[in-house]
Amino acid sequence: MATTTAASDLATLTRHSLAGLRMLLAFTLLTGLAYPLAMTAVGQVAFGWQADGSLVTSDGVRTTSRDDAAGSALLAQGFAGEQYFHPRPSAGEYDTLASGGSNLGPLNPDLVADIEERKAAVADLEGVDPADVPADAVTASASGLDPHVSPGYAAIQVARVAAARGLPDADVADLVAQHTAGRDLGVLGEPRVNVLELNLALDVAHLRP
Amino acid sequence: MSTAAPVLVALAQILVLVAALAAVHVPLGAYLARTYSSPNHLRAERLWYRAVRVDPDAEQRWTTYLMSLLGFSLVSVLFLYGLGRLQAYLPWDLGFTGLDPGGAWNTAVSFTTNTNWQWYSGEAAAGHLLQMTGLTVQNFVSAAVGMAVAIALVRGFARSGTDARVGNFWSDLTRGVVRVLLPLSVVAAIVLMAGGVIQNLDPHTAIRTVEGATQHVLGGPVASQEAIKNLGTNGGGFFNANSAHPFENPTPFTNLVEIFLLLVIPFTLPRAFGIMVGDRRQGWAILGVMGGLWAASLALTTWAELAGPGAAPQAAGAAMEGKESRFGLAASALFAVSTTATSTGSVNSMHDSFTAPGGGMLLFNMLLGEVAPGGVGAGLYGMLLLAVVAVFVAGLMVGRTPEYLGKKIGRREMTIVALYVLTVPALVLVGTAVAVVVEPGLAGIQETGPHGLSEVLYAFASAANNNGSAFAGLATGTPFYEVAQGLAMLAGRFVPIALVLALAGRLASQTAVPATSGTLPTHRPLFAGLLAAVALVVVGLTFIPVLSLGPVVESLS
Repeated sequence: MATTTAASDLATLTRHSLAGLRMLLAFTLLTGLAYPLAMTAVGQVAFGWQADGSLVTSDGVRTTSRDDAAGSALLAQGFAGEQYFHPRPSAGEYDTLASGGSNLGPLNPDLVADIEERKAAVADLEGVDPADVPADAVTASASGLDPHVSPGYAAIQVARVAAARGLPDADVADLVAQHTAGRDLGVLGEPRVNVLELNLALDVAHLRP
Repeated sequence: MSTAAPVLVALAQILVLVAALAAVHVPLGAYLARTYSSPNHLRAERLWYRAVRVDPDAEQRWTTYLMSLLGFSLVSVLFLYGLGRLQAYLPWDLGFTGLDPGGAWNTAVSFTTNTNWQWYSGEAAAGHLLQMTGLTVQNFVSAAVGMAVAIALVRGFARSGTDARVGNFWSDLTRGVVRVLLPLSVVAAIVLMAGGVIQNLDPHTAIRTVEGATQHVLGGPVASQEAIKNLGTNGGGFFNANSAHPFENPTPFTNLVEIFLLLVIPFTLPRAFGIMVGDRRQGWAILGVMGGLWAASLALTTWAELAGPGAAPQAAGAAMEGKESRFGLAASALFAVSTTATSTGSVNSMHDSFTAPGGGMLLFNMLLGEVAPGGVGAGLYGMLLLAVVAVFVAGLMVGRTPEYLGKKIGRREMTIVALYVLTVPALVLVGTAVAVVVEPGLAGIQETGPHGLSEVLYAFASAANNNGSAFAGLATGTPFYEVAQGLAMLAGRFVPIALVLALAGRLASQTAVPATSGTLPTHRPLFAGLLAAVALVVVGLTFIPVLSLGPVVESLS
């Protein structure tokens, strides 16, 4: 008796599974192909630049060609040169194929040591007091690709960049101000400076007589 | 800047979100109720049902409804497992190999159960075809399954003497996708693309950076997946960094859109519930409890992150480790609370690096059973079962047979509810206990001391509650965690669903009893308070010992 019930249960489940399979295939066509492909078409037509990754050329001009691109305005590059603004620390060394954070806990002694080390290095490089180094300069971002720094971190880098380029501090500070975005809608998120766009603008301004 | 300013900005940000949710609450709630109540099919749906050869009008008993649901989920797991294993032989693989058996099993279960736990890194393991036809599809249908179960339970309360019939699974599933999730996702994807989320079919291409290094520009149909990832409270990121990745979530505005998406259906379903049981005040009471618990958790987490206690945040000057500068502390806390209070599990910041009290709150949100407001559908049915516990407790106090919405809560009903309440905590605690005594479990732990225990507890809470977020320091790409978490996800999803449908069937066959002067009104603040207390007491009694050993010790040290 028990075996007949089990067998008929199995038969019922098989029947439902076959219906489920047909349903799943239909959903795969609708939501797995038609939907993303239609959205891709809309994106490419209506928002081509964004949909292709917000790429910019070395002149700071928007492009959708990867051949012409010097980077994406949304992906941090590991700028290390004296004449450039530096991004936040990255747990993945700015490798876009390995996005992510350090995932170190708030009491982790290694993280505390990393932070102290970074703080000393930044203070030394920028010639500021360690107490004036902002938090974003000494902490790894969540993505490892954070394209922005805080206005505070940009501000302490101005003198170094200006000196390396032989520009007046005020000119560099002006460029920083131009590339600083406020909070969206006045209250969302935080004010921020796009590092790649700022550095490209510096290169363009610097090369101009 | 004065010290009050960050708090005011955080509050203003929350108000924008709440205003947006409030604006759509009434119309979307009515639309959801109509979607699942209307006897009429769209013309396209008729063609659809004919093509897949199912009868959308056959009222199913709860056992048949469950059988359809399990059959559909079973083939979903197998299909996704196959896609993962065979990825190298399919187009758009981007040159990635197939997933190994343990990994493919974990991913197949993870996405089918609406968990979206990810042991792999999207940009290094998953090609576009797997992302679209495997993961995006399950993002839609697993969410629609959750809604279907919630609606079946609501029908159980709304119907009388129906021979345990709770609706038609195929029709509920189809309508959930076609009428609700897909249209909203289209709108959301367009908004996200306008905001900078990528949407293309390009591979990951190497370019030369300004300083001459090599960097890969990533490609993929991201916006379309991002929309349903959040709307369906799924949470599986296209990239490893999930919604912290600038290609998934480029601005504070897209960030707010994503938080809105992950809260909108869970907070709107109580409205549909109120309409369907013919008493909107019942929906308000449920919404009030969900909203109150969410707000309390948000207040605590935001406070913790803004204050930044702990050695590392103190050394840095703020708890910015694992957070993006465009979001900052407040928008990270808002996202984190919303993703753990629903069953989403997408992250815009790394929860492992949150302050001890902040990270502890996120863990608590999941342990609460994700009912405030919970996953799409799962939040509503979880809260309704807690409401049954609450009327039972109240009934014990006054010595009357408890009733909820005109249905008597007898011994059989209470047995089902008790099993439901015990299932997920048992999975979490047993899973955690096993992991911290066996060698392969201990091997994955990154942090020493209490934070290490928190990592494991978080992982099993996330899996069994079908959340999918992680204290990502824990290395889970090992056979032990892949299999153990796969089992926790599976049991944490389908055992509760079976129990909910069993309850729905029993309720649907009862005849409603008219309310008398002795009936406990379940739409008043008194009951809402009782319900919130029951939710907190149940989770408190279950988890206080392990929470004490993990986040509490950590906060005090």
